[in-house]
Amino acid sequence: MKIVIINYGAGNIQSIKFAIQRLGYEAILSDDPATIISADKVIFPGVGEASSAMKKLRASGLDTIIPTLRQPVLGICLGMQLMCAYTEEGETEGLGIFDVAVERFNSGVKVPQIGWNQIRSLSSPLFDGVTEDEYVYLVHSYYAPITPYTVATTSYGTDYTTALHKDNFYGTQFHPEKSSSVGEKILLNFLNS
Amino acid sequence: MLTKRIIPCLDIKNGRTVKGVNFVDLRDAGDPVELAQLYSDAGADELVFLDISATEERRKTLADLVLRVAEKVNIPFTVGGGIASVEDVDILLQNGADKVSVNSSAVRNPELINELSGKFGSQCITVAIDAKQIDGEWIVHLVGGKVPTSLNLFEWAKEVAARGAGEILFTSMDNDGTKDGFANAALARLSEELTIPVIASGGAGTIQHFVDTFTEGKSDAALAASIFHFKEIEISDLKKELDNNNIPVRL
Repeated sequence: MKIVIINYGAGNIQSIKFAIQRLGYEAILSDDPATIISADKVIFPGVGEASSAMKKLRASGLDTIIPTLRQPVLGICLGMQLMCAYTEEGETEGLGIFDVAVERFNSGVKVPQIGWNQIRSLSSPLFDGVTEDEYVYLVHSYYAPITPYTVATTSYGTDYTTALHKDNFYGTQFHPEKSSSVGEKILLNFLNS
Repeated sequence: MLTKRIIPCLDIKNGRTVKGVNFVDLRDAGDPVELAQLYSDAGADELVFLDISATEERRKTLADLVLRVAEKVNIPFTVGGGIASVEDVDILLQNGADKVSVNSSAVRNPELINELSGKFGSQCITVAIDAKQIDGEWIVHLVGGKVPTSLNLFEWAKEVAARGAGEILFTSMDNDGTKDGFANAALARLSEELTIPVIASGGAGTIQHFVDTFTEGKSDAALAASIFHFKEIEISDLKKELDNNNIPVRL
């Protein structure tokens, strides 16, 4: 299985590479469109600020490649948010895979949310073998509201989306690569999807 | 519900865990990677590696260590100690650290916090603050609490938050090493005045101290070193007791 992690200079990608290695697979890092298009599975990571990350994607032309991919694609954290149509962070237009507008937490909670929170209303093969209310690791200031694409929710001041799914595209707000054995199960489900 | 975090802190010198670690079941108690895995299995929510080496190779040694930790450990970890530039942070994050913590360098050059949060995002920038009370006022100190500054703890904390820090790690030098409990009055004030998470550090001696810092101290996370290293408190027992006190924890 050819697993490609999109490498566009957006933060911590070693952790996801190592997590895949611990599951017994090898992933390669690439920003080359041909390599990404020919992969069996694509992981779209992201840590950092939305508008500068989108700038990097546009500069490399990856912004037009990613929405046309046909194989399973998993966006993680900022990667998930950039798969949405818009994010309040830097008033940034995203890739538009999910018709969702990402907002900033503003309901009297500490921002960023940092730590372990529970996922529920799990409704995707991504969560096979994962029980309701399991803990995952999250670190973010912006969130996707609940929409028809929502396949997992979390509560932090408000109920919001912690996972999205549409066709071959998946997104998780949490970091499966940092979410202990639960995260590894979710990552393995994606690799087996 | 977002849970309160329990964070063991490992002091690192030249890529090895510094003294004060007493694990009979470890092959090599000096190996930070093995210790990190053990804490991860024991239910730690996060780890902090604090580098105290002073050699010329320290940057490379630390970057190598971060890579080795990231390879094996599936929970988040923060790296601190001597971080003073965008380049320092870049290599650590690239190698798999989730967050970095800056302390003295931020006091000397506050603009560094803006630079780091602008480039890497607030979520991975922790600002560590060491302070102790002088004539009743909480004063920020440098060099592990040895050198007083002119900064007031609460004013400095507000400034670093405004400059883009994602989180504050507050160590009370008055409480550190006493095992008499955390500085909960100051912690509660920080938590009320700031809108970013606050990690309590310094003073942990008993399980009750953790209960107190999460209730009275309103802390979002609590960090400790020796009580975990010497197995005076098992993380599983600690979390069970927090749960019994209706404090949300990941069990």
